[in-house]
Amino acid sequence: MIQIQKEDFDVGAEIDKISGIDRGIGALVTFVGLVRDINDGVAITDMTLEHYPSMTKKKLEQIRTEAMERWPISHSLIIHRYGQLSPGDRVVLVITASAHRRSAFEANEFLVDWLKTKAPFWKQETTPEGSHWVSARSSDDTASARWDKFSHEG
Amino acid sequence: MKILYFAWIQSKVGLSEEIVDIPDDISTVRKLLEWLRQRGPQHADALRDETVVRVAVNEEYASLDAPVSNQDEVALFPPVTGG
Repeated sequence: MIQIQKEDFDVGAEIDKISGIDRGIGALVTFVGLVRDINDGVAITDMTLEHYPSMTKKKLEQIRTEAMERWPISHSLIIHRYGQLSPGDRVVLVITASAHRRSAFEANEFLVDWLKTKAPFWKQETTPEGSHWVSARSSDDTASARWDKFSHEG
Repeated sequence: MKILYFAWIQSKVGLSEEIVDIPDDISTVRKLLEWLRQRGPQHADALRDETVVRVAVNEEYASLDAPVSNQDEVALFPPVTGG
């Protein structure tokens, strides 16, 4: 399932929803992305996430489908927030569940790497000196590219 | 053609979206960017460096050589920073 929302999410409740409907799940991997209070040595007071709603939804559905084709995962969930956030706030939740741990771990990393480099979201940070748009990191591109040999999506 | 701008490209252009009628010879993303830069100094500044402009045509990532037409929705934005 894909959810793009302003509201916070309850990690425990989401885990319970998935594990409660399928007793064949032996491994469930959870990734939670948080807003840091410091980025490249600069204090962050606030962050605003903007996105391209129709494309975000479509691309997230596509990548989730791809993950479920590439790994034997029985359930996956991506929740990505937008709007105004503060340090410590949860930004993104990725859950992958499978009979065995390896595919759950790999599929989760694949999805998070993809989110970092391809999902149309943009972060604007507010610091004591004002606000600025966050630059993309080449390390994220490198992390995402290692999945390319299996993928057409990148 | 509907054009959407996001993040700092939107700030620099000063618009979140606009409807434009592109001439027939504007057949690729590259030509579209050249044409948009002629629309004014803000467009020219926002779209000056093609290496930091990402393009989606009808919600799919597109290269500079991808075809475009007046029926398309084209989004222009910087490299993404979600996750």
